[in-house]
Amino acid sequence: MSSSPGMLHPELLAQDGTDSIYRHGRRLDHAEATSKPLRVKREPQPRGAKIHGNRPVDQAEAAARFIAAPEHEKMHDERLWDLRQKRDREMHGIPEWEELRSLASAIKEHTLTHLDEYLDQFEANARSNGVHMHWARDAAEHNRIVHAILNDHGAKSLIKSKSMLTEECGFRHYMAAVGIDVIETDLGERIQQLDNEDPSHVVVPAVHKLRTDVAQVFSKTIGTDPDNSDVHYLAEAQREATRPLILAADAGMTGCNFAVAETGSVVVCTNEGNADLSANVPKLHIASIGIEKIIPRFEDLAVFVRLLSRSALGSPITQYTSHFRGPREDGEMHFVLVDNGRSERLGLAEFWTSLKCIRCGACMNTCPVYRRSGGLSYGATYSGPIGLIIDPTFNARKYSNLPFASTLNGSCSNVCPVKINIHEQIYAWRRELVKQHEVPFVKKAAMKAAGELLSRPVAYRAAIAAADIALAHLPRFVIYNGLNAWGKHRELPRPPKQTFHSWYHANRGDKR
Amino acid sequence: MRIGLFIPCYIDAFFPEVGIATLELLERFGHEVVYPRDQTCCGQPMANSGFNADCAATEALFVRNFSGFDYVVAPSGSCVHHVRANFDAVEQTAEVKEVRARTYEIVEFLHDIQKADAFPWAKFPHRVGLHNSCSTLRALKHAAPSELHEAFFSKPMDLLSKVEGIEFVKPSRPDECCGFGGTFSVFEEVVSTKMGYDKVSDHARAGAEYIVSADTSCLMHQQGCAERIGVPMKFIHIAEILNGASA
Repeated sequence: MSSSPGMLHPELLAQDGTDSIYRHGRRLDHAEATSKPLRVKREPQPRGAKIHGNRPVDQAEAAARFIAAPEHEKMHDERLWDLRQKRDREMHGIPEWEELRSLASAIKEHTLTHLDEYLDQFEANARSNGVHMHWARDAAEHNRIVHAILNDHGAKSLIKSKSMLTEECGFRHYMAAVGIDVIETDLGERIQQLDNEDPSHVVVPAVHKLRTDVAQVFSKTIGTDPDNSDVHYLAEAQREATRPLILAADAGMTGCNFAVAETGSVVVCTNEGNADLSANVPKLHIASIGIEKIIPRFEDLAVFVRLLSRSALGSPITQYTSHFRGPREDGEMHFVLVDNGRSERLGLAEFWTSLKCIRCGACMNTCPVYRRSGGLSYGATYSGPIGLIIDPTFNARKYSNLPFASTLNGSCSNVCPVKINIHEQIYAWRRELVKQHEVPFVKKAAMKAAGELLSRPVAYRAAIAAADIALAHLPRFVIYNGLNAWGKHRELPRPPKQTFHSWYHANRGDKR
Repeated sequence: MRIGLFIPCYIDAFFPEVGIATLELLERFGHEVVYPRDQTCCGQPMANSGFNADCAATEALFVRNFSGFDYVVAPSGSCVHHVRANFDAVEQTAEVKEVRARTYEIVEFLHDIQKADAFPWAKFPHRVGLHNSCSTLRALKHAAPSELHEAFFSKPMDLLSKVEGIEFVKPSRPDECCGFGGTFSVFEEVVSTKMGYDKVSDHARAGAEYIVSADTSCLMHQQGCAERIGVPMKFIHIAEILNGASA
């Protein structure tokens, strides 16, 4: 039952347009004795990019909606900038920081150029530790393999820790379709799961949400008070709701931060200890591993562990660094090694070093565009600078706009703990997409015209003069209109009395 | 020395005073400065948008204009970065390579080549916020960027410190990009202008009367942003201050 929205006081209307005078199945009374002060209108959470099949994602459009929600944009920018500053402080505490970065980059380069050997070594060692090994060519095969393992054990529920690889594989959607309950155990990822929204950041997946947004999600899904956005209350409520599911789960799943070839073991880094819950509570543990996660030796791990959390969150180390080497007694352990486009990427001369990425998110935290756009504006599994150079390898058309969502400022490359030249790859992707004809015709025509004009001095001089005269004499509404992107949100420079060219001619005319 | 003066297209059209200051400054140090009349642009707008092939003719023209000088000097970090790092649509002959290697941005020319140690003609009794553009900071390495663990240095600050009366303010995010980004400024204009608003507000809060930079394109964008949101701020190119601009 619903009443006409026009009959309700606007403050009582729910943000999603549903009739909020019914709450908890009970009509809210307006009698004086029970009335509460009207709530200050909550800024609705801006949603991510609109996805239209294979059509290019319009990042700029989604970013504009994010900026149009100033509370969210400000919180997001400041929260991530704070992480960047904490990262800087940690960096300054390590005199050999730049050496560490070079070392990490060199280890990754060595591993990626000998990947077949190290994968074989990893597989052999894991097998001898009693782990069942699987190889998945792509996302679909990964999902089928995991499904088959679960079926073999009659498992109907799965607890899992955070994994970007499973996001890449659309794993949650697949499992929902085959009737297996997936419960995310990372708090941020659980928030996103309950809100049916993708993670917006590789490390802090719900960073784009205000706590009031979380209160709304939890009130609808686990029955908390929608007006109580106290973080302790919300975290406790989630813990109470999720722990029984964890205890009752049939199987557990983790991702993998590092797969050590020498020992055949998998290392997972978390701050909530949720990988340990996912791996140790049920008898069955499945780990999904991107093939680029391999490092050769156990001692190499020290280099990456020192860099990872410092770069990600500005903390010296994650609360938990968990090593999984073999199944427990009466249990089973399965490793699924996933390619999903990685071998192909390894063959791209300009872009293969993107496989060095350890998913710390430092490039996102420092990116001024990302901080003001929100991760969901990219409409892809990977957002921010690293997303700009990885996403087009999955689908050049769909993600053709992404490499243009950058000022090429280069801060991302400087914070990258494995020294990926991210901003240079963004630049290279622009060239590549033009070569592949994945840029709009209007842009193409404009650039061709610019190229022709700028290579003809006489025509160029005439154009400059005409533009100056036009700017000086046209009324404001002609210059500042919807078609002129420069002038929508900023003023144009005022044309001077004369150009440098004509000044030089008038004042130094004799010189050639 | 015989120097070819490269005045990028938007400086020519909108900020002639920056070109004049650069010319006069180089002349103060006794150089023969020549402005080749047929110059237009370095090709950066097309190249940054991915359209490298469309730059070839513009780059060839650039080389015709600037071949044979001891140095080519420009008051624009991003243009110089393009010439030096990405100017590869035109065939890389010995002449092209020579021109690319001899092209300098004005601050690095004065600091590294000229080794200028005094600007006795310059006085600037104002509080300024230094905006290191991303091209000058991270590509041309004008200064130590905050992301890297390295000792502090700043070429523009070295030069400006020799100007009588100048006072620097410290914005909270000194290395943050202002959002210009070439064609980014129109293709992603909402994000671009939001970054610009934040940048000028940061400098205003720090107490700056002027934002000074070696990149006029950043200043053009920031000025447009400041005027739109009503932040009272003045903008000036570093060459103008070093050449003795009074205000």
